[in-house]
Amino acid sequence: MEIFGRPLPMMMSQLLLGLVNGSFYAMLSLGLAVIFGLLNVINFAHGAMYMMGAFVAWIGMTYFGMSYWSMLLLAPLIVGVLGVVIERTMLRRLYKLDHLYGLLLTFGLTLLVEGGFRSFYGVSGQPFETPEALQGATDLGFMVMPNYRAWVVLASLVVCLATWFVIEKTKLGAYLRAGTENPKLVEAFGINVPLMVTLTYGFGVALAGFAGVLAAPIQQVTPLMGANLIIVVFAVVVIGGMGSILGSIVTGMALGVIEGLTKVFYPEFANTVVFLVMVIILLLRPAGLFGKER
Amino acid sequence: MKRNAIAFAAAFCAVGSVGSAHAQISGDTIKIGFITDMSGVYSDIDGQGGAEAIKMAIADAGGAINGKKIEFVFADHQNKADIAASKAREWFDQQGVDMLIGGTNSGANLAMAKVAADKKKVFIVIGAGSSRLTNEECTPYTVHYAYDTVALARGTGSTMVKQGGKNWYFLTADYAFGHSLEKDTSEVVSKSGGKVLGNVRHPFPGTDFSSFLMQASSSGAQVLGLANAGGDFINSVKAANEFGVSKKMKMAGLLVFINDIHSLGLNATAGMYLTDGWYWDMNDTTRAWSKRYFAKMKKEPSMLQAGDYSAASQYLAAVKAVGTDDADKVMAKLKSTTIKDVFTSNGVIRPDGRMVHDMYLMEVKKQSDSKYPWDYYKVVATIPGDQAYMSKSESKCALWK
Amino acid sequence: MNKKLGYSIAFVLALGAPFVGYPVLLMKLLCFALFACAFNLLIGFTGLLSFGHAAFFGAAGYFAGNAMKSWGLPFELSLLVGVLSGAAIGLVMGGLAIRRQGIYFSMITLALAQMVYFAALRFTDFTGGEDGLQGVPRGKLLGVLDLGSDLAMYYVVLGIFIAGFALIMRTVHSPFGQVLKAIKENEPRAISLGYDVDRYKLAAFVLSASLAALAGATKSIVLGFETLTDVHWAMSGLVILMTLVGGMGTLVGPIIGAILIISLENKLGDFGTMMAGATGVEWFSTLGEAVSLVIGFIFVACVLLFRKGIVGEILYLQGKKRKRA
Repeated sequence: MEIFGRPLPMMMSQLLLGLVNGSFYAMLSLGLAVIFGLLNVINFAHGAMYMMGAFVAWIGMTYFGMSYWSMLLLAPLIVGVLGVVIERTMLRRLYKLDHLYGLLLTFGLTLLVEGGFRSFYGVSGQPFETPEALQGATDLGFMVMPNYRAWVVLASLVVCLATWFVIEKTKLGAYLRAGTENPKLVEAFGINVPLMVTLTYGFGVALAGFAGVLAAPIQQVTPLMGANLIIVVFAVVVIGGMGSILGSIVTGMALGVIEGLTKVFYPEFANTVVFLVMVIILLLRPAGLFGKER
Repeated sequence: MKRNAIAFAAAFCAVGSVGSAHAQISGDTIKIGFITDMSGVYSDIDGQGGAEAIKMAIADAGGAINGKKIEFVFADHQNKADIAASKAREWFDQQGVDMLIGGTNSGANLAMAKVAADKKKVFIVIGAGSSRLTNEECTPYTVHYAYDTVALARGTGSTMVKQGGKNWYFLTADYAFGHSLEKDTSEVVSKSGGKVLGNVRHPFPGTDFSSFLMQASSSGAQVLGLANAGGDFINSVKAANEFGVSKKMKMAGLLVFINDIHSLGLNATAGMYLTDGWYWDMNDTTRAWSKRYFAKMKKEPSMLQAGDYSAASQYLAAVKAVGTDDADKVMAKLKSTTIKDVFTSNGVIRPDGRMVHDMYLMEVKKQSDSKYPWDYYKVVATIPGDQAYMSKSESKCALWK
Repeated sequence: MNKKLGYSIAFVLALGAPFVGYPVLLMKLLCFALFACAFNLLIGFTGLLSFGHAAFFGAAGYFAGNAMKSWGLPFELSLLVGVLSGAAIGLVMGGLAIRRQGIYFSMITLALAQMVYFAALRFTDFTGGEDGLQGVPRGKLLGVLDLGSDLAMYYVVLGIFIAGFALIMRTVHSPFGQVLKAIKENEPRAISLGYDVDRYKLAAFVLSASLAALAGATKSIVLGFETLTDVHWAMSGLVILMTLVGGMGTLVGPIIGAILIISLENKLGDFGTMMAGATGVEWFSTLGEAVSLVIGFIFVACVLLFRKGIVGEILYLQGKKRKRA
């Protein structure tokens, strides 16, 4: 049987692969959406944090003999702490200014971090093996699905949904959302808003680090691994609506599928299709799919 | 406002003059310049290692020729043709550079070749692969030394077909370089009796290759031709292993350096075929030289770094032989010498600037067969230079008719 | 009075510069300075942050380069072709982007610029792909003056720069410029005063795009080639940095910023080697490989400490002194 001139098994496998990539995009753009939605900071350093997550994991495994699983927890933590430091020392001063400065600062940080790692480690990439428990593949009939990729989908979806739940449905999330909309009022109730803001930035950045550890066995671990992803991730967040957590999750998944289809019918355009989608969506819905106009 | 305007103009002049302090053309030294990617995606295969290799060549030549001291300057073009060409031009005009060695990045080298031709200085390209350097853009002063995309294609393509890999499918990076790799290899495959079943072009740079590999795998071809390089190549191979494609199809890397294999590891690449112009473990001469290189860089050298050493040495030997650094005389000498050194035992520079030498089809060893660090390749076949490179009848160079 | 004196002195110094400095580098500086000034017109005076200015800069370079090389047009017409291509792309990009505000405006410019990049990558007959468009000739000015000589070309480029800068200066001080400033400061109020804000914004966008295009077209003819670097989003980032470092919203700021950043790119290696020689500290000679590190550092330092940019800080301090006196 054929769809648009391609055999059905192949289309199904492409769709599934698209979902795998999509969950990855969703995971990555989640942190960005959290930081922008709650803090109004456009965190260009997200790509660099993603890269650091992968590198920290590699360092932990190579020099300290730790396992993939412990690094999966430890690396995001370390990256999160770094995020806290950045927020405390640098970002804090820029809140009262235009968004532009936050963006420029994080852009500069990206250059610093990527340049630093590059001069230290070179560009050729560090070997990173798939953890033993997840090696191998399962035959699904229409395609062979590597177990590790299935794990990526699972981990991403769990983390995404957990984050969405905490922010939208719990009291902590409510404090967070209120605190960024009207800090003075919330502080008057005795809640330590600056601390919440700092921890939120750290959390958002830790999500990027987590995505980096997930990516390490699949992608080459090099200082430049975040550089090309960052503008795609930006596009995802913008399409989804810059304040919306759910928006970036849904858009991430959708983009994975759209890209997957593009790779079948017009593969050369696969990197650029996201920008076409962004222009169309922004012209039809000013604040993105789920966003609220600020 | 006034102060600012003055500041601007003064800054303008000050900047222009940094580096023009050495405004005289030095007739008393032989100055070699080296411009390559020192910090970006191509920095491992050439980069700092290339600079070290050239320094070794200068030291081996005694540091001076007929009393004239040999000097060396290098710069990072950051993969920007702008910077490469501007630096080259400035060095020729203001710093008395006599000869330029070109590192990676075809665009930058094409730009530098023009500058060198304008200024009538010797320009030896090591790192770039574009065969345009000795065809459409050939000049009397350009030498394309280490390899080009045609040689790589012919090596791997014809030999693999002879070994039974008749049906091919290409995974190609969607830019000029990838296209020409694919085109050159396709032609060779067809001529050798094989068949190209199809291709898929991935955006450059690519991120995820699983989808493209699925398409390749469903084509039923025996050989997967990887017409991409660097990070794209590494990610493609990783994904091919993950999805079991590497078990179903034989992998043919069309532009692979030893650093890529080092990064991927033998478990991921065992059995892969690739064409290289040089290997550190080929014979005693290469091993001896590589040992010296390893002592400095802690890595084994790639074809490019060995090429840098060889090109610099040959240039210096030619200068010594003709007694002058006049570009025309040195070029004439280079084109009439057979090159016998660590890089090759029978290299010849043709009128179109192409240095023709043997290429080698390599198979990547299994982890169990690798006895010591960097023991990666088995030499499967030696491809004589005149079979690997473009012949006179195919050449598009106006100087070689 | 002071301003005129300042500009005159700058002019004289610029006239003498090619005899002291290296003409090709100076010409490159002038082109980037014009590019930064054009960009500043949009962000500094109209308050619109474009992430896609490289599209005009690079595309114009390709059009002008092809005009000189393959279409056989003379120098002036090739420049014109470049400017018109930039204006056309600017019209389309601006027309679509203006409909949205703030960060969404910026993202649309980025997305459209990415599509220009994609086009440049794929239409290899026109652009040469990543090999670049090579072999662009210098031509003759008005069919008479041979521009192959670096010295002659320098004065022509200086003239182009001065013309562009003068146009920006006139625009900023004109009634049109006043409306732009009003839009930047308080758009709702400008609308309530009856101004068709979108038309003004679009006009400013197209003007900025055309001048950026002029810079790009000139540069491709000066250097003799055009590559994908000029349409990549990192180039858009670079021009933002130049303007930020020099001082957004000042007239001269972007020029200083451009000089600083381009010198850094080209000269950091030399500087490092010099420092290594002077201090004996070997680490300095690796500075040449650390360009993006240094640029990142400057970015961060500027945003945190010198938000108004070099020129902005100077003006601010001058203003404070005057108040005290």
